[in-house]
Parts: sequence; C-alpha cells; structure tokens
Amino acid sequence: MTDFNDAYPFAAIVGQDEVKTALMIAAVDPSVGGVLVFGDRGTGKSTAVRGLAALLPERKVIAGCPYGCEPSPSASSCPHCSLPGTPTKAINVRIPVVDLPLGATEDRLVGALDLERALAHGEKRFEPGLLARANGGFLYVDEINLLEDHLVDLLLDVAASGRNVVEREGLSVRHAAKFVLVGSGNPEEGELRPQLLDRFGLCVEVSTPREIKDRIEVIKRRDAFERDRDAFAAAWDKETVRLRRRITAARTRLAELAVADAVLEAAARLCLALGTDGLRGELVLIRAARASAALAGAKTVGIDDLRRVAPTVLRHRLRRNPLDDTGSGVRIERAVAEVLPA
Amino acid sequence: MTVPEATGYDPWSEAASALAIFAVDPPGTGLRLRGRSGPVRDALLEHLAELLPQTPLRRIPVGIDETRLVGGLDLGATLAAARPVMQSGLLAEAHGGAVVIAMAERIERSTCALIEAALDTGESFGPAGRVPARIGAVALDEGIDEDEALAPSLADRLGLVIDLDAVPMSALSRMELLPEHAAVARARRVLSDVAVPDDAFTALVEIAAGFGIDSLRAVLAALRTARAAAALDGRTMVTQADLGLAARLVLLPRAVTVPQSPDEREPEPQEPEPAPENPVEEPESGSQENDTTDSDDSENDDPGSLADAVVEAVRAVLPPEVFAAIRDRAKGAIKSGARGRGDMPASGRRGRPAGLRQGRQRPGERLAVLATLRAAAPRQALRRPAVDAEASPLIRVRPEDFRFVRRKIRRRVATIFVVDASGSAALHRLAEAKGAVELMLAECYVRRDEVALIAFRGPGAETLLPPTRSLARAKRALGAIPGGGGTPLASGLDEALKVAAAVRKRGDTPVVILLTDGQANVARDGRGGRAIAGEEALAAASGFRRDGFDAVLIDTAPRPQPRAREIATAMGARYVALPQADAGRMAQAASAAARSARLRSTG
Repeated sequence: MTDFNDAYPFAAIVGQDEVKTALMIAAVDPSVGGVLVFGDRGTGKSTAVRGLAALLPERKVIAGCPYGCEPSPSASSCPHCSLPGTPTKAINVRIPVVDLPLGATEDRLVGALDLERALAHGEKRFEPGLLARANGGFLYVDEINLLEDHLVDLLLDVAASGRNVVEREGLSVRHAAKFVLVGSGNPEEGELRPQLLDRFGLCVEVSTPREIKDRIEVIKRRDAFERDRDAFAAAWDKETVRLRRRITAARTRLAELAVADAVLEAAARLCLALGTDGLRGELVLIRAARASAALAGAKTVGIDDLRRVAPTVLRHRLRRNPLDDTGSGVRIERAVAEVLPA
Repeated sequence: MTVPEATGYDPWSEAASALAIFAVDPPGTGLRLRGRSGPVRDALLEHLAELLPQTPLRRIPVGIDETRLVGGLDLGATLAAARPVMQSGLLAEAHGGAVVIAMAERIERSTCALIEAALDTGESFGPAGRVPARIGAVALDEGIDEDEALAPSLADRLGLVIDLDAVPMSALSRMELLPEHAAVARARRVLSDVAVPDDAFTALVEIAAGFGIDSLRAVLAALRTARAAAALDGRTMVTQADLGLAARLVLLPRAVTVPQSPDEREPEPQEPEPAPENPVEEPESGSQENDTTDSDDSENDDPGSLADAVVEAVRAVLPPEVFAAIRDRAKGAIKSGARGRGDMPASGRRGRPAGLRQGRQRPGERLAVLATLRAAAPRQALRRPAVDAEASPLIRVRPEDFRFVRRKIRRRVATIFVVDASGSAALHRLAEAKGAVELMLAECYVRRDEVALIAFRGPGAETLLPPTRSLARAKRALGAIPGGGGTPLASGLDEALKVAAAVRKRGDTPVVILLTDGQANVARDGRGGRAIAGEEALAAASGFRRDGFDAVLIDTAPRPQPRAREIATAMGARYVALPQADAGRMAQAASAAARSARLRSTG
C-alpha cells in the first residue's frame, strides 16, 4: 500500500509543472499543509502523486514501530514505543505514500481492535490503520470530493492536530499521525466543502496538455513505460536521483533561509489585496515561497519566490462571488501585478 | 499502409473485433458493453471466458462488499473456527484474467474506486496489504440516460466500447466471426514485437483532439487497440487500418464533436468557426489547430494527413447517422461535454454511512458484523463456561455487542428552474435566472443539494442543466443561452414534470421554480395560437398538483398577470410577483421553497 515502487517515474511526467512543484514544496516543507489537485480525468493526477514516493528521501524511525515514530528524547506515547523496555534503535525507511481508497472504512483508516489477538488470545490489542502508516509521509485520497463526509471530518481533525486519538471498543489509543494530505478530484463531479478547501495549503488546477506535440510525448512515454517498466525506470533513473538530491538539499537548506521583512510585508499586502480570510494564507505563502527558494538553491527568499507560488497558495482561498466569472487565476495575477510590480 | 475497403458496416463484426482485442491484452484496460442484457451479450461473455488464458472471468455483483472485493475477514469461517480466517479478494482471484461488473451503472462509487486502483496499479489494496491483481474489466452498462451513467472515472479507463443495441439478434447465426482461442493466443505472443510508426502516435493524438476528447487515457487505449489489432492480423507493424479500427472502437464512442469532412467544409461558412476541438473549452482552445500545423518543423510537409485519412476512412465505413448523431450531441454541447453524473448511484442513496451505533436494531438498519465481533471478542474468556470450555468453540455474542451501521438519511432537494426564455424580456430574465442558479449552488453545495435549469422558447423546451451540484458545470452549461421567440409554456411544464419525476424516482425531493408571465402562445406541436397554447399550459400545469410537486411561480411581467395566477393555481404553486426578477430575490424565494420542501420530506 505504501511506496509505489513500479510507479511511473515522477521525472518523466511531461509538463504539469505546477503540480510537480507543489508536491515538491510539500516534500520539502510538510508544514505547508497538504496539496489539492483538481482537474479533468486522465490528466495524470494520480501518476504524479504515486510517482512522488520514489523521489522522497529516507527518514529515521524507531525500528519495528508500526506507527512510524521518530526517535526523540521525549518518550513517545504510541502503544508500541510507550511499552517499557521497547528497544529504541533507529533505522532509515522510505517516506510512506499511502493510498486511501474511496471505499475504505473508518476502521481501516483509524485502526481498530486486532480481532486475531482478541479471539485467539483474549487480548485487547490495537491494530493500527492507514493513519498510522501515513505518519511522517503522505496520505493520498483520489476523488476526495466523493469521500464520505464523516471520513473527511475525521481526516481533517487528525491532519490538523497531527495525532490520532482512538476511543472505541474499550480501547484508548493515541499516536502521532503527521502527514501531508494530498487530495485529487474532478470539480465537475462535485465541489469540496469550503471548510475542507481551506485546510489545504496548496491547490493546483491541472488540465490535459493543450499542445499536440506535448500530448504525443505523453503518449509515447506512457507507452514505453507500459511496454518495459524496468527499462523505462532505468532510463529516467539519473533524473530521479537528481530530483531526490534537490529535495534533500532543499530540506537541509530550509532552516537557514531567512525571510526578509520586505518579503513578509509583501505577502501581507498581497493577501490583503485579495481579501483572503484569516492568516493561514499569509503563513502558507511565506512557507511555500521559502521552500521554493530552497528548491531553487537560492540564498535568500525573494519577491520572485512569492510571485511564483502565489497562484498555488491563494487560488482556493479567494472569496467566491458566483456572479463574477473572473477566474481565480486571473484575479491573483492582477493582484500580483498590482501589489508586487516587477 | 492499406486503405480499409469500404465494406458495409457490421456491428457484429465490430463487436467481435473488440472482444478479440480485449482478450489479447486485458490487464489495465477494459471493455464496456452498452445495452440491455440479452442473448448477444451472453454469447459475447461466454466466448470471452474461453479466450482468456487460464483464469475464469469473475463476476462482480452490484451489492458486493469491500471485503469480498479486496479480501479480509471471512466471517462464516471465522465464526465456525472461532478464530479469524482471512479470505482472498475477488480482484486478486481474477489476477491474470478479467472481472465482469454486472449492472455497472448502478455500482457504488467506492466499489468503482477499488476496481480502478487494481486496473491502474495491477494490485489490489486490502486490509491484508497489497496483492497482485493484474486484471482487465468488462462493464455491463445498461444505463439508459444521464441519471444512470457509468461512473466517469471507470468509463474513462475502459477503452473499448461495444454498442449491443446495434447488433441484431440474427448475428448469432454468424458465430464464426468471433475470434478463435488459438488466434488470440498467437496474437498475445507476438504483441510485444508490434512496432508503432512515429506518425501513428501523432495521428491518434490528432484524431482524439478532432473528436474533442480530452482524456489521454483514451488515446493510450486506442494505441493498445491498434497494436493488438496488428498482432491479431499477424503483422508486426501498425497500419492505417489498425488505427481506423482503434478510432471506431475507442475514440468514436467518446467523441464530443466530429471534424467536418473536406466536402462539408466549403458549403458551411456561416457556422461561426466550427471549432473541431472541444466546443466546451476555454476560448483559446482554438490554438490547437495551429499547433497541429507547426507540430513538426521539418520532414512532414502535410502534417495531420494520416489523421485525416483515418477519420475519412472511418466516416466512409460508418453509416452517416453515427456522425450526425455526434454532431447533434455537440450542438447541445454542454450536456455531452459534461457527461455523467458525479454523484453516487441511486443504490447508495439510502443515506450516508455515519459511523456505528450500539443498541437495539431499528427497522432497515444493517448489522455491522465485523464491529459486533470486535465488541464481543475481548470478552470471550469471561463468557466461556468454566466447566465445558473446550466443547464450545463458538463465539459468544451478547445483545450488548451488537453494532449497527448508522446512516444519516438526508433527502436532497433538487431545485428545478424553469425559465421562460421567449420574447423581448428573455435575455434579462435568463441572466437573472442564471445568477439565481449560481447563487443557490454556491450556497447549497454544502448540503449537497442540486439545481437544474430548463428553458423554453420558440418551438420547445430544453433541459440546459440537468440536476447537478457542481458550480463549475453550471457555469459552463449556462454560458450562452439564446433567447427570444414564442412561448411554448406547455412544453416547458412537460419537461419540468419529466425532470421532477426523475428526481423523485431516485429518492430526492424536487422543487420547481417557474419564471414566466404566463402568456403562452406556442402549442405542444410547435404551432402558434394563444387559445390552444393556453389550454395546453393549464392542462400541463395540473400535472404538478396531481403529482404533489412543490412549486413556486414567479411572475416576471411588469404588471402582475391574472393568467400567471391561473397557472399557479392549476399547479398548486405558490405565486410570487417579482417584476424586477433580480437574481438575489429569486434565489431567496427558491431557497425558502427548498427549505420547506426539505422539512416536509424529512418530517
């Protein structure tokens, strides 16, 4: 369920720069808080997310912990690590990218009583769910706009708090569940509730490439991939490794990147001009700009970085006026041109 | 490249080809059999079972649960053995073969998602982890209208489409057309050797663009089809004939529009830029045409020629009605452009699951067996009688263990705007109605309510926006509505009755908002005449009272009209005079009506 080893290589995706950048920004700084990818069918939304797994650097976890706890000096409260005498050897593992299928039950998502243990040994033990598996990584929900409401509420709650708290069947379990929520869907099939929309840090709209020659390239690459996956992956390996290095380097660089007051102020002015609600937009704008600068290998965060990430960060935060047909992209463009003149 | 001979079009032979092509290379792709169940469909399925390598076709029934599909706890065995017994999932069992999805148009969206995941990744995602499930899928699609369409995400993945209704029963006397096992097996062996010339890639992409198909999955499916067709023919190179077959079996059934034939292009200059691409795209989509011309800089001085040749060949083979039908569809572009309802099929409508509940069973509630077992499991040691512990292996379940699936039953309300688009005030009225639709959608998508719009003018009425909760879709559908002409009020009311009945049939509550001044002057047969038109309108209006549909008539005449009031009375509708008919007040009136309808339907 985690890492899609034989997935289509991320590096081989034709175009779709905004999606790719948004996912990479989330990989560099998970605190941007989730990525929403909206677009038509057959535009490679899932391909990008599934391809991401191979790009991610490794992370350190406590060996054998099914909750993916990070080694930390303060005692972890997860059911595995809180047992006295649990060995705390740290190992490197791949960052998980976990798929949450539309039909998944609540049990599978949050975890439930381990029936095997209970029936065979009369022992009450918790069997971790997908939230535990996604800890420290990505949780991907395709067609998130069709997910049952109560599951959406649950996801939001956990994503916001970073903890999964289970109180059921006589079990009382809490464990870390910090993950980047990635959702994709086709808005024609139903909108996302505004409460949910706002929780995503970044929002990208994708469409099929308009240029015929890009489309041909997509088909050719996909065809080559399907005919010989190993050879195709090998051909793109160098590029994959290069991207992975870029992400790893950006992660280490992130802490050193200071954001000048002028940039902070520009971000505030941009949000004000667009009338976005609350401070979240501003905060994400700065974080995304910093991650973008880190990915570019820059020494400082500049207005340019702000400009680059503004559509992705703000597109879904604009107040909607259904009688105004101006697309959100255009409104942001205008505001950027006005507030941050080149 | 050979030109396909222009033989008569034979749907049965097309179906046979599609069947053979699917059987050659099923994993990750699919076959959609559209039409009612019948001997032709049975014959095709029976034959397909013989063509697949070893694995039998596995059938997925409509009500299948997740556990059976992806594996999980086998309840029967678990209860018998008093210890958990896992069962494999149906998707994994079909590994190497294919699944048949019965009544695919009614299958739960969540079931679709699991099948799609297996198609995409070749694995099935179950509680027991990932297991190999390289499968193809055959969907038996009996959906007849938009209300019952195959989930668009699944339809997108099933490349080949067979129209069963086009195949006459007499075809069954020609079983020899169906592919032989040996031929399919031979094709399977040579499939990986089939080369695709460079211009074939270009041609397929261009044909798809010409048909207004956006999804690149369709193009990939067409490519696989062409390759399999070549392999079946014993060739190692894809030819123009293979592309033609791929265009007919994969691309044409998805066509949103059709490119004009060379001889059609001249005589129809008045059509404002036929836009061979997608008529529902943003305006700059016209740039595609230019791209085709400069897509290759050097060798090919006549780019797109192969695509044109293939499309012309397809046009020559197919009966002219097929292309004409697509063109008609394209004219009502909005509807065809946004095919398929994204909502759950009716079977999933008995309320949304909302967690579990402990206690006594209420009528209509389903027992959550797994959760019940979980509740009982930890207490087994306590409940086992001390004396005869070994002799009773069964799990002891007590009433307090029972858990039930809680469902939130919430009927949705579909507000149907019926707008008089005739006469001089039409444009204003339409613009405001459109505004009201969008205002309502922006407000009500939280509740998952729906909005529809019907306009009537000139000779008849048309549903411009079928019930939807997508603001994006509404905006597109309402982009440009023509106005003016006579007032066929009866036709508008008939259409509204039809839509309202469909809404009620799937378990939701319709509310009709009629915007008119009540002055009918076009009869149902399209002819003028105030007297007849008025009588017909009154008769049609009484249908609303008869069926008990909630309705509001908004009189948009500058001065309130007795005629409009009469219609409202006949409909059993509330009468509201709103001479200005502004979007805000209209939306308010409609919202109020929807609210009271909702209260009544749940109360």
